[in-house]
Amino acid sequence: MKVKIFEAWRDKPLDEVLYECRELLEDTSFPTVRRWRESGGKVVGHFQVYFPEEIVHAAGILPFKVCGAQIEAVQADSRFGSYLCSILKTSLELALSKRVELDMFVTHPICDAARNLGAVWGRNFPYSCQILYLPQNANSPAAVTYLRNEYARLQRAVEVIAGKPVKEDDLRRSLGIYNRNRALLRELYAIKRETPWLVSADEAYVLVAIGGLIPREEHNELLEAVLPQIAARPNKKQDKIRLVFEGGFCEQPPLDLIRAIARSCYVVDDDFMIGLRWILEDVPLDGDPLFNLAFAYLEKSSYSPVQHDLRKPKEKMLIERIKNSRAEAAIVSAAKMCEPGLEEQVAYLHALDKEGIPYFISEFEEKMTTFEHMEIQLETFVENILFS
Amino acid sequence: MGERQREDGIIGRGNREGSDLFRQWFADLNRTAKEGSPAAYVFVMGSINEILRTFNLPVVFPEINSLQLAVRRVAHEYLNEAEDYGYSPDICAYVKADVAIQMRGGEHPMGLIPKPALAVLTNACNTYIKWGEIWERMYNIPIFTLDVPGTRAAGTQTWAGDPDFENDRRYVQAQLTELIGLCEKVTGIKFDIDRLREVMGYANEMSRGWKQVLEFNKTRPSLFNALTDATIYLGVANSFRGAPEGGRYFTNLVEEMAYKAAHGIGTMSEEKYRLFFVGVPCYPIFRRFNELFTEWGGTFVHSTYLWFASGGANLGFQYDLARPMESLAEGVLISVRNAMDSMFYQDRAILELIDSYHLDGVVYHPIKSCRTTSAGMADNRRSLMASRDIASLFIESDMMDRRVVSEAQMKNRIDAFFEGLASRRQQEAAAR
Repeated sequence: MKVKIFEAWRDKPLDEVLYECRELLEDTSFPTVRRWRESGGKVVGHFQVYFPEEIVHAAGILPFKVCGAQIEAVQADSRFGSYLCSILKTSLELALSKRVELDMFVTHPICDAARNLGAVWGRNFPYSCQILYLPQNANSPAAVTYLRNEYARLQRAVEVIAGKPVKEDDLRRSLGIYNRNRALLRELYAIKRETPWLVSADEAYVLVAIGGLIPREEHNELLEAVLPQIAARPNKKQDKIRLVFEGGFCEQPPLDLIRAIARSCYVVDDDFMIGLRWILEDVPLDGDPLFNLAFAYLEKSSYSPVQHDLRKPKEKMLIERIKNSRAEAAIVSAAKMCEPGLEEQVAYLHALDKEGIPYFISEFEEKMTTFEHMEIQLETFVENILFS
Repeated sequence: MGERQREDGIIGRGNREGSDLFRQWFADLNRTAKEGSPAAYVFVMGSINEILRTFNLPVVFPEINSLQLAVRRVAHEYLNEAEDYGYSPDICAYVKADVAIQMRGGEHPMGLIPKPALAVLTNACNTYIKWGEIWERMYNIPIFTLDVPGTRAAGTQTWAGDPDFENDRRYVQAQLTELIGLCEKVTGIKFDIDRLREVMGYANEMSRGWKQVLEFNKTRPSLFNALTDATIYLGVANSFRGAPEGGRYFTNLVEEMAYKAAHGIGTMSEEKYRLFFVGVPCYPIFRRFNELFTEWGGTFVHSTYLWFASGGANLGFQYDLARPMESLAEGVLISVRNAMDSMFYQDRAILELIDSYHLDGVVYHPIKSCRTTSAGMADNRRSLMASRDIASLFIESDMMDRRVVSEAQMKNRIDAFFEGLASRRQQEAAAR
C-alpha cells in the first residue's frame, strides 16, 4: 500500500512535529490504524515485547504494536482476574471497544499473562489469534533453526490474511527498510546518550513509540527529517544527572511520568519500547531472510527480563547499560503486577548495591495520572546525588 | 484372604502408600542434603525425570516444598523473609517461599532440602524461568531451560508427521541431547541408553495408570476426591516418575479403583453434587477448603490441576522404547503442551467432560500468586457458560499466602453456590 497515514507533521518546525507525534501517540482512537483500514489495508496486531514485523510488512500489512493505552478496561475487566498488570486488560479493551480493528493478533510467551492473552483474544474474536513461540532456550544451538521455521509458519499464516504469497525479495526489501529504521533509532539514542540536552526523554520516547503505529517507511521519513533538526538545536546543557531508566520493556509508563523524570534528569539510556530496538545491528540481506532474522533475534539483540539467555544475565546487562551510557544512577521501575519486572528488580538492586550505583526504585501503571509524589521523591534523590 | 480383609487392604491403599512414599522421598532428600550429594531442581510441568533418573540424580520439586509450607501453616514466615529480602508481595508466593528456604540453608518442616547441582526448567510456566535465574545467582549452578513450544491457537495442535510438529520435536530432541551432555558433566556418569529405556518403561506404567485412574472417576459415586485424595496421587506421580515404585504404585491404584468401582464404593456416603475444580488448591486452608464443599454433599470428581500439575501425564503417553530419544521428545512435547493447554484453553476440555463425568458445577479458583493458571480463567468461564448451561463458581484466593485467603468470604460464596445448585435441581425436577 502506498497510502500515507501520518501526514500531520510534514512542513512543520521541530516543536510542532514533536507536538503532532505526541498527539498521535496519546490519541486512543488510533487514527493511523483507522486510516490504513479505510484505505483497504489489513492490520496485524502484535503484543509486546519483540515481534518480527518484517514478515507482516513484507505482506503489505500494517504491523500494529499492541501495548495497552490510557483507557478504562470497561469490557476487558470481566475477561480477567484481579491480580494482573494493566497492559493486558487495556490491550484487549482496544479491540473489544473497536478502537482498533485487526485481521490477526499475535502474542508471545513473554510471561504467563501474555500467553493467556492469546487464548482470551481468540475466544473473543473470529480472526486468527495465536502465540508466536519465540525460543525460551536462547542457548541451544538448535534454537535458531527452530525459530527460522517458526517464522516460516507465521509467514504462512500472514499470507492467508494477505491473500498472497510473500516472496524472499519482499522480505529482503522489508529487512532493508527495518535496518534503516533501526539505524535511525540508534542515531536518536546516540543523541540521547552524548548530548541529552538536545532531546528530552519524553521527546525521544514519542519519536520511538509512534513507530508502532505507522509503516516503517513513514517512520523513517519522519526520523530522517527530525534527527538533523534535533542535532542542530541550540539547547544548553543543564545541571541534571545522567541516569538510566529500566523497567519499560512491556507496559509503558505514562508519557507525563517520563516528562516528570525529564524535568530533573537526563535519561541517557532506557528500555522503553525495547522491542522496537531489540535487534542491535543490520540484518544481512543476502541468504535466507527468515534465518537471518531469527539469527539476529538470538545473537544480535538487546536484553529484557522476559528473555532468558545465559549469556545475558540481566543485572550484568543493566550495569553495562549504565556504564556504556556514562550514567550516574538508575531508575529501577516495574509495572504494577508485572511478575518478570518485579522479580528482576531484586537482582538489579543487589547488583547496583554491589557496584555502588545509586538507584531510585518505583512502580508505575500506564493509567497513572498524578506524579507529584514521585517527582518530589525523585528530585530529592537527584539532589542527594548532585550535592553529595 | 477373606473379602473383608481384602477390602480393608485395598480400600484407601493409594492414600496410605502414597503418603508413605512421599515421606520416604523427603527422607531421601534429607539424606542427600546431609551427605552433600548432588540433586537436581525441577518442576512439575516437565520434570524430565526420565533423563535425571538415568543419571541417578535425586529430584527436588521446589513447588512441592513450598506448598508443604502452606499446608503446614508456616508459609507466612518464609514469605515475610523473602519480602524482607526485596521480593514484591505481587509475585508468585511459591518462588518467595523457596527463596526463604534457600536463605535458611534448606530448612523445611519435612527435612533438609539439598542444594541444587543443576536445575532443569521448562517454559510451561514463565515463572519457572525467572525462578531458575534466582538459583543461578545464588549457587552459580548450570540452569537448563527445556523450551517446549505450546499450542499456537485453540484447536490447532499438530501431531507427528506434520512439518510444524516435526520442527518442534527436533528442537525439543536437540535440547534433550544437550541436557544429557550436561548431566554427564555434572554427575560424571556416562549416559546409558538402556538405563533410559528402563526409566521410560516405569514412566509408561505410571502414565498408563494415571490416565486410567482419572477415567475411573466417571463412575457414580465418584471413587476419589480430585482435590484431596488426588493430590496424594499427584505427589507420587511427580516425585516417583520413572521409578519402579512409581509405576507399581499406579498399577496398584488402578486395582483399587477397579475394586471400588465394581463394589460401588464411593468417596462420600452421600454424593449430591459432582464438581469440577479449575486451578490450584487453596493450600493455606487445604482441608477446610474441601470441607466447605463436602458439607453440602459436593465432591470434586476432576480437576485441571490433575492435568497440568502432572505435566500432562494424564494423557497416558506411552514411549516407544525402540526409539527412546525420538519418542521421549515426542512425549515431552505432547504432554507438556497438554499441561499448558489445560491452563489456557481448558474451556474446551471441560465442555467435553460435563456429560461423561456427570458434572453439576465447575469451581474456578484463580489465585493471586499464579498468572499462568489464573489470568485467563474468567474468560474461560465466560466461554464455557456461553456454550453450556452449567453452574459455576469463581472464588479468588491464593495457594500460599493466607493474607489473601478469606475463609468467611469464601464460605458465603460457596454456600450461595450450593443454594443455587439445589434450586436448579428443584427447577429441573419440576420441569420433568
